[in-house]
Amino acid sequence: MQAQAELRHAEHSEFVSFTVTGQAFCLQIKQIREIRRWSPVTVLPHAPHDVLGVMNLRGAVIPIYDLSARFGLETTEASERNVVIVVAVQDKPVGLLAESVSEIISINPDDIQETPAVDSRNTMEFIQGIISHDGGMVRIINLEAVISVPEQVF
Amino acid sequence: MKTKVLAIDDSRTIRNLLAATLEEAGFEYHCAVDGREGVDMYTDVDPDVVITDINMPNLDGFGVIEELRGDDFASKVPILVLTTESAPEMKARARGAGATGWITKPFDDDSLIFALKRVTGAAM
Amino acid sequence: MAGSIQDTFFEECEELLEAMDEGLTAIEGGDQDPEIVNAVFRAVHSIKGGAGAFGMEELVAFAHKFETVFDDVRSNKLQLDPKLIQLLFRASDHLADLVTRARDGGQTDAEHHDVLIKALEEYIDEEEEEIVFEPMGFGGLDMGGLPDLPLPDLDAMAGGMIDTASTTPMETLYKVRFHPLKEMFATGNEPFFLLQALSDLGTMDVTLDDSELPGFDVMDLDENYLAWNIELRSKEPRSAVEAVFEFVEGLCELTIDTEEVEASEVPGDADGDAALSALNDAFGTAPAEDEPVAAPAPLAEVAPEEPKPAPVAEPKPAAAPVKAEENTPPPAKSESRGPKPTLRVELERVDRLINAVGELIINHSMLAQQIANLDAGDVRDVEIELEGFKNLARDIQEGVMAIRAQPVKPLFQRMARIVREASSATGKNCKLVTEGEATEVDKTVIERLSDPLTHILRNAVDHGVEKPEDREAAGKSKMGEIRLSASHRSGSVYIEVRDDGAGVNRPRVKQIAIDKGLIPENAELTDNEIDNLLFLPGFSTAKEISNLSGRGVGMDVVKNAVTSLGGRVNVTSTPGKGSVFSIILPLTLAVMDGMVVSVGGQTMVVPITSIVETMRGNDEMLSNLGADGTLLSIRGSFVPVCDVANALGLKDPFSDHQQPGVFLLVETETGQRCALAVDDIHDQRQVVIKSLDGVCGNIDGVSAATILGDGKIAMILDPESIIAASPAAAFDPDRRMSNASAS
Repeated sequence: MQAQAELRHAEHSEFVSFTVTGQAFCLQIKQIREIRRWSPVTVLPHAPHDVLGVMNLRGAVIPIYDLSARFGLETTEASERNVVIVVAVQDKPVGLLAESVSEIISINPDDIQETPAVDSRNTMEFIQGIISHDGGMVRIINLEAVISVPEQVF
Repeated sequence: MKTKVLAIDDSRTIRNLLAATLEEAGFEYHCAVDGREGVDMYTDVDPDVVITDINMPNLDGFGVIEELRGDDFASKVPILVLTTESAPEMKARARGAGATGWITKPFDDDSLIFALKRVTGAAM
Repeated sequence: MAGSIQDTFFEECEELLEAMDEGLTAIEGGDQDPEIVNAVFRAVHSIKGGAGAFGMEELVAFAHKFETVFDDVRSNKLQLDPKLIQLLFRASDHLADLVTRARDGGQTDAEHHDVLIKALEEYIDEEEEEIVFEPMGFGGLDMGGLPDLPLPDLDAMAGGMIDTASTTPMETLYKVRFHPLKEMFATGNEPFFLLQALSDLGTMDVTLDDSELPGFDVMDLDENYLAWNIELRSKEPRSAVEAVFEFVEGLCELTIDTEEVEASEVPGDADGDAALSALNDAFGTAPAEDEPVAAPAPLAEVAPEEPKPAPVAEPKPAAAPVKAEENTPPPAKSESRGPKPTLRVELERVDRLINAVGELIINHSMLAQQIANLDAGDVRDVEIELEGFKNLARDIQEGVMAIRAQPVKPLFQRMARIVREASSATGKNCKLVTEGEATEVDKTVIERLSDPLTHILRNAVDHGVEKPEDREAAGKSKMGEIRLSASHRSGSVYIEVRDDGAGVNRPRVKQIAIDKGLIPENAELTDNEIDNLLFLPGFSTAKEISNLSGRGVGMDVVKNAVTSLGGRVNVTSTPGKGSVFSIILPLTLAVMDGMVVSVGGQTMVVPITSIVETMRGNDEMLSNLGADGTLLSIRGSFVPVCDVANALGLKDPFSDHQQPGVFLLVETETGQRCALAVDDIHDQRQVVIKSLDGVCGNIDGVSAATILGDGKIAMILDPESIIAASPAAAFDPDRRMSNASAS
């Protein structure tokens, strides 16, 4: 029953599109927990350049990634205009810094095209597929590839 | 109406296995963690069949059978003995006490349901 | 689903193994209570039962041997002498290994396994030794056809029989005569259900034979005069037919004759329905109902009121096997042997609560801060209420932390095994005496103490306690004693391992340290310093590797493990008398007292426990040493300065010179002192520790994070690793022993 409902749901999925250094990306709406306005984070010492730091999300410490830097684009100078998209990767909340959120788009899975081979490993790894929307191209992010949760260290 | 099963076993593992199998097969599942609790729960649960382990603290399986059979309210309820003891004398003793049948651990789902079917008529 | 049940099994195994160990220990101590023997037996038995359900054959086979021996102990066929008790202990240890192996994979020691099996078998009578692995439910009968036995579901019932016509063309006509004896009705068996189960096997004609029914006047109410003649056409083997009557074997007269017949073409619904309705006719009941229905017609006159649809009423079968104490419900004395009632809760739920309480405390400090900033005249009333709020929050927090607290007893019990194994591997006689088992410690601490304690205990047996002959020569008893104790002292948990061995061999330890370049040859060390050399990384040498405490792992691992729990470890020793290893741990892992400081523009927290003193520095107190070394002069002695911001990579090390700021004088476990330079100190407060596990990888210099009153996250610093990572660690003028000789 439930599986069927999900299937029907998948026929037309809702995606949230946003821009990262001028390029359009999107994530499935159900992957997103919430979207927050950027506020300064706490810097993590020795962190890689695409990890901005950590922030307090209702008592949980969550890491914030700079999507732009993660995609090999320029490092974002975060400001109040930017947004943090909170997603869950393996049940752990993670924040992704994006320039701004654009809109919610409804996508028929049939319209998703495979990512054409380009000479960039990052792109191939991080992008699940592309869709054509409003005359432009929107890239569907492969969340699991973008964010790997560090293993529990005991 | 679902067929009500009262399972009495001190092993959490076995209780979980029974619960999983029985609930999936459409039985209503109740359980007790030792013989004493099983007998005490009987009236409240009013099961259609009792499954009981033999080796348990606070009243063993034989004690459960004897007490239930001695109770007018429970004298007719089918009681299946669930035990790894497959030695004939164990079964003889259980039957002597009034057990309806037995299920030898480890059990598979089908055999368990088959045993229940034979004593409750539950159509599963 | 199956996975989670299996998890439960392993969880339960832990408890059972614990109970077993406890029982065996009590038995060893001379406790004769038969209930203890029973409890151990049940534990082994339950492990076997569960393991069987998951097909863990090796575990089942071993548990079976173990159980067989224990059963003989239980029935007094075997006498519990020290030799047998030792064997049972070893078997119990091995059982634990097998459980671990079943869970985590890996190899068990096959040789050890065989030795134990053999040793157990010596106690087992040949005839008893017959491993019993029968399929369920058919124990007493030879039922070859079990796996093929069809188990009809509802649809199959409606369809009358299973559609297997294409595969097995031959059908058998079974002529069954079934006459239940009165004894059968004392066992809760129902002829109707049996016939119904039989009808699932094929198409069936049932005739009620009431020819034996006597006249009403001579009828014995307890007797059953009815029989059924059944003609069953089925493709099932005879064993399947017999299986239906398995439970009533000996409780009925049963004959089964067979005739081979051609397969009936289409065993349609009608046949099945016919069979069922024939049954229903016979009993006057419909299978779908499970509520009591009218008693069957043929016996209506003789059937007293029955709660269940019994074809033959048996009010009180006089001759039935149920006699014992029939109408005397046994006294409902509850044997309250068991522990206090407990509630099993998923750890995650508790942790959620702990988080929430942590929030509450943070929330309180935010409120307090804002009220202080209000500048709203007299807020004393508010402050008083706020103080109450704070106290309540603390109470809740303590309550929640208490949920996570567990007695160290299970941990200590496992340690008894370690000592046994270590003793037998080294040929020494040691016993472990435990004290303060009821001392409660945070669950995580208990989990993480296991390895360090194991290590210390092995070390105590291996290097502490002397060989029996040496002990005798020294005027001690042959049996060495290792005392493992736990206690709460002034907000900390103390765990001590005290042996009555030879004590640390100081000249040898010192020589090893010199040979390994850990200390300079001319180092002058106090006795205590020598003892604590044991904890230096790299102290353990290849020469030291025995079967046990060796393996190239030194006591430094113990130290690391304890330090990572926020604790300390040290050793004191008296030559000829023994050594004491002490582990001192914070009571709780979730809250700690910290000093809030700013470092490189960020707010951070330093654990109070590691700070010796704080001071404001000025240029005069600082002197440069070499290119980038700085020393702080404190009352005449010099301490290396470690710029925290630098160490954390928060500022360019070449941008400016060491600014005299605020210094936190900290002391590491090895006694090394260092001044942490920070920008400023704000205040001292209790902070809630938020783990960074799963948020980011290990960060050098940072142990965890916390949330401050303003909602911001602050890193909690780990001074030890900051110092280790900083250039200040490279030189250390105040120490007589240093790593200098290693470079």
